[in-house]
Amino acid sequence: MNKTFVNIENISKFYGEIKALKNISFSVGEGELFGLIGPDGGGKTSLIRILTTLLKPTEGRAEINGMDIVKDFKKLRKIIGYMPGRFSLYEDLTVEENLKFFATIFNTTIKENYHLIEDIYSQIEPFKNRRAGKLSGGMKQKLALSCALIHKPEILFLDEPTTGIDAVSRVELWEMLKKLKDQNLTIIVSTPYMDEANLCDRVAFMQKGEIMEINPPETIIQEFNEPLYSVKGDDFYHLLLELRKMEITKTAFPFGDSIHLTAYNNINPSELNAMIEERMRIKTETQKISANIEDCFMAKMINTE
Amino acid sequence: MRTILYILQKEFIQISRNRLMVGVLFIMPFFQLIILGYAASFEVKNLNVYIIDMDKSSFSRDLISKFSASPYFNIKNSSDNHQKGFEDLEKGVADLVMEIPNNFEKDLVNGQKTNVYLSIDAVNGVKAGLGNAYANMIVKDFSSDIITKKTGQTISLPIGITWSNWYNNLMVYSTFMVPGILVLLVTMVAVFLTAINIVREKEIGTIEQLNVTPIKKHQFIIGKLFPFLLIAFFELSIGLVIAKLVFNLHYEGSLILVYSFTLVYLFAVLGIGLFISTITYTQQQAMFIAWFMFVIFILMSGLFTPIESMPVWAQRLTWFNPIKYFIEFMRMVLLKGSTFPDVKNHFIIIAIYGVVLNTLAVWNYRKVSE
Repeated sequence: MNKTFVNIENISKFYGEIKALKNISFSVGEGELFGLIGPDGGGKTSLIRILTTLLKPTEGRAEINGMDIVKDFKKLRKIIGYMPGRFSLYEDLTVEENLKFFATIFNTTIKENYHLIEDIYSQIEPFKNRRAGKLSGGMKQKLALSCALIHKPEILFLDEPTTGIDAVSRVELWEMLKKLKDQNLTIIVSTPYMDEANLCDRVAFMQKGEIMEINPPETIIQEFNEPLYSVKGDDFYHLLLELRKMEITKTAFPFGDSIHLTAYNNINPSELNAMIEERMRIKTETQKISANIEDCFMAKMINTE
Repeated sequence: MRTILYILQKEFIQISRNRLMVGVLFIMPFFQLIILGYAASFEVKNLNVYIIDMDKSSFSRDLISKFSASPYFNIKNSSDNHQKGFEDLEKGVADLVMEIPNNFEKDLVNGQKTNVYLSIDAVNGVKAGLGNAYANMIVKDFSSDIITKKTGQTISLPIGITWSNWYNNLMVYSTFMVPGILVLLVTMVAVFLTAINIVREKEIGTIEQLNVTPIKKHQFIIGKLFPFLLIAFFELSIGLVIAKLVFNLHYEGSLILVYSFTLVYLFAVLGIGLFISTITYTQQQAMFIAWFMFVIFILMSGLFTPIESMPVWAQRLTWFNPIKYFIEFMRMVLLKGSTFPDVKNHFIIIAIYGVVLNTLAVWNYRKVSE
């Protein structure tokens, strides 16, 4: 890991009785693409809002590039780029007016930092006289990203940037993030989509205000050591319910057109097929497979519930 | 400073994009002044009278003709049928039923005392009170006519009154109303639009984006308030022109004084708008609170009903009503020609009001949530 850029120590956030964040500590290196992954309500947004100086932590402290998020918030706001989860640009201003406004309040111009956003902005530039409210979801996202980058931030926070946009725009967004990372920008991104974890350097899996694990995605996959099978068959839903009832089954989840099943002990796929057929009189196709990142997270979620 | 200019530029673009609002801003002064100026009159005229004439004598006819000659009364119907008269009162066709009893003429000729009975629809107390007073005057007048006729000499009461109306000598109602309506115009723009405009940034989430920028609190607030300061002045100016051209209002006092006071006043009421925006999260909430305050402020402002006739506790409450001071000020300066020393206290009170409210609002406005 490069030099530490973000350092978080024992951050907690309570909303009255509700503990949104419990004792969070981790650090992010300079130029790292760091993912916060986890289900809704896991505390991702609260953590991002604390780090972007919008919310005060109840306990604990954090530093970004040596600056305290509470004491040095004024200095920090100059180096932070933030893209909130909800589209929050002016819908009644045009694409260009939005970008220009955010450039000028950071005392810069579109021209001066055009090279930073060129890749992204050039895609929406043909529509620069269109009101932001009239853009499609993907284009709004590109505009929001352009606005978050126009002042040349040293760190970029994105809160669920891929929620609610189409698959193509999702892929494009991650490509953009990769490019930005290559320019040594530190990026912290949250997402509820587990498959996106693969695209990060390291991911923190967050659930119920706690961090369950922080590792590079490859490590998470390597550490997965339960026997995993893919089961395909007719009468999908019925099959899923029955599989869950079998003694050997630890977990069973639908995954695309198949069911991913983890077993308590190693078993031959053909043996498993036979077991199912005996039980349900259904022909199934079973394979032993290696885990992908989603399997790992599903297993973790179950283990902690 | 530059940042403020950029925020202002953004605000003006946004305001101009909102076609409906711009339209309303232009139309509003015309509508409010012309409709309210002409229509909102508290003079009681044309009261509908039902006359139950049981006497049908020349005296009773004389009395009736006195009523019909008065601009305040309109003889709607007459008969000798009680029931019909009260049915009309019930239906609202008549505001007042006057009954002239049997033997009205005979009693008067014989030098005996007689009565006419008035029944007044008193749902609207002001109307009933005035109607009663006017009717009284007519009957009194009629009585002294009779004495004159009988004795052959004009009697006069020992004390008479001669009067002159100052400041509004023709007692034109619009002259009295228009300065107050100008105040409403200015206040509406300042309170409503400011509150809604700032809350809108919260509601659509743009405030999140702004809060992570180095924009300072004061820059944001000035950038947000200044456009509405200008718009309010613009509304006031259109209003003053309409008052002059349409209502022939003659400005007795100095317009410079009016504009200076408006500036101080706007500082205070923009503070109200700002304060509302700091305690609300949606435009709907802001609108509701603004309306709540606005209605109370107007009803307690002396625009429609004189403050002097309110109960003492209510009069005390009006001390905290900025609209009251502005209306008082406008009437004093525009109609009476008061000068700065006369309205010095108004300046001081509104300035204090402004400082307190703005301090409260700025203190309550946070870029970081707890």
